[in-house]
Amino acid sequence: MSQIETFYEVMRRQGITRRSFLKYCSLTAAALGLGPTFAPKIAHAMETKERTPVLWLHGLECTCCSESFIRSAHPLVKDVVLSMISLDYDDTLMASAGHQAEEVLHETIKKYKGKYILAVEGNPPLNEDGMFCISGGKPFVEKLKYAAKDAAAIIAWGSCASWGCVQAARPNPTQAVPIHKVITDKPIIKVPGCPPIAEVMTGVITYMLTFGKMPELDRQGRPKMFYSQRIHDKCYRRPHFDAGQFVEEWDDEGARKGYCLYKVGCKGPTTYNACSTVRWNEGISFPIQAGHGCIGCSEDGFWDKGSFYDRLTNIPQFGIEKNADEIGTAVAGGVGAAIAAHAAVSAIKRAQHKGDQE
Amino acid sequence: MTMSVKDEDLLTGEERAQEKQLVRKQTAVYVYEAPVRLWHWVTVFSVLILCVTGYLIGAPLPTMPGEAIDNYLMGYIRFAHFTAGYIVAIAFVGRIYWAIVGNSHARELFFPKLLSSAWWKEVWHEARWYLFMEKTPKKYIGHNPLGQLAMFFFFVLGMIFMIVTGFALYGEGLGQGSWADEMFGWVIPLMGQSQDVHTWHRLGMWYLIVFIMTHVYVAVREDIMSRQSLISTMVGGWRMFKDDRPD
Repeated sequence: MSQIETFYEVMRRQGITRRSFLKYCSLTAAALGLGPTFAPKIAHAMETKERTPVLWLHGLECTCCSESFIRSAHPLVKDVVLSMISLDYDDTLMASAGHQAEEVLHETIKKYKGKYILAVEGNPPLNEDGMFCISGGKPFVEKLKYAAKDAAAIIAWGSCASWGCVQAARPNPTQAVPIHKVITDKPIIKVPGCPPIAEVMTGVITYMLTFGKMPELDRQGRPKMFYSQRIHDKCYRRPHFDAGQFVEEWDDEGARKGYCLYKVGCKGPTTYNACSTVRWNEGISFPIQAGHGCIGCSEDGFWDKGSFYDRLTNIPQFGIEKNADEIGTAVAGGVGAAIAAHAAVSAIKRAQHKGDQE
Repeated sequence: MTMSVKDEDLLTGEERAQEKQLVRKQTAVYVYEAPVRLWHWVTVFSVLILCVTGYLIGAPLPTMPGEAIDNYLMGYIRFAHFTAGYIVAIAFVGRIYWAIVGNSHARELFFPKLLSSAWWKEVWHEARWYLFMEKTPKKYIGHNPLGQLAMFFFFVLGMIFMIVTGFALYGEGLGQGSWADEMFGWVIPLMGQSQDVHTWHRLGMWYLIVFIMTHVYVAVREDIMSRQSLISTMVGGWRMFKDDRPD
């Protein structure tokens, strides 16, 4: 491998003018919620820093994270983003394949020991010694551990790598687990979502390249700048929630007027993500804006929380799936009946023994 | 006021009033100090508001007509819920303080004597009394052991659970780094995610509703059928006994 170019050199080589480059730096600063004074700092970093090698592994997944990622609009267009980092290995996107591709993986790990970023999409299944996901002729879990050992930092792309997602949903036959169950000795940045928003993905990478450190993470390891608030907190339909104006059922008057989707099961109030601010497809829209409730795809175990269209979660431990209110009314009803019966017996007993006490 | 007692009058207020007349002839003990009584009724009022508003937050009222700007129904319901939540939590902390500085009856709620076999024997006796297997209950100045057990597991633990999960959820709205998030935010990943905490908080509401139903029924029944006063004690603080027989 030749000497790695700086980001700026790569951009210039690809025909990006300096003017576009500076515009990009300002946009990135804005996208990250930083002040305008940060634009020159970003420019300086990109002019002087070598590109950081990134290894992108694919486990048990649907590749929607990659699909989302390649549609990132800000920071700039996809080809620039792919050149910002030195994406040395990504078996889905890279030109080489087979032994050739695997050779690159080994070479990069050896050459940039302790310096590369490991991005993991999908997750490892552990059942049957990991045989449910074979990559390069080996169980994915082995490849993951091998690549993680010498990584500087690890990014968990999407809900699969962060929480487990659909393949870890009950009954989870392959025993798919989020990567933090396998990698316990490295910092992991969780970027959940099914898929995560493109600009969130590139934003996290840009932050790490610019500042040379991990973004500030919340209690569960998600970058605070994108995951510190719920969809509900910044939802443009929030005034209808506060007013008590809801879509009662699909296609009713409330749905046409764009009322709050809370009653038809919107998970916005329990979902931490940036959809209601960053939005999707270059900021065009997001699910709630399209008239459908949030399904909570960036939350842990969202497949196992019952219907996407119910407000109250089903509790499967109760055999037949029931929500808290159904269980509560049944129990309260039973206790009420028991009280009534007990009161009746008490009254009879007391009447019988009334004479004894006097 | 004296009147003849008919069987159908047994559960009426008149009967109780008449019993109180009888009781006054007997010894009375000051059990519940003023702060405990005040706390009890503040909690009653707050928990009622919390249950009603909490139910409506999870299953809101039908849609309000008109423009959003003219309505703030969910806002008011949530405000009432959060305010009552603060009151009940502060009152609970105050109650714990009073358990430390108050009389011995103020501590009963928090320390059921789970390791004492004599205590469990009394629990069993009281349970038999409720199952109509004992003719007469025992006399108690404070809580009877079965009542103490129920108060601890249903009420004390239930309230702690609701306060902790409630403020964890409240911290989500206050935002990361807020006092509620710092103190109780750890509950959310512990239970899975926000949705799970919501579900558990709602199940907790039903747990407390079942407690309230049982508590009110038992208090009324004991007031009538046991050998000591119950309801008036939580108003005036004095425990009065209906007979002179020992135990």
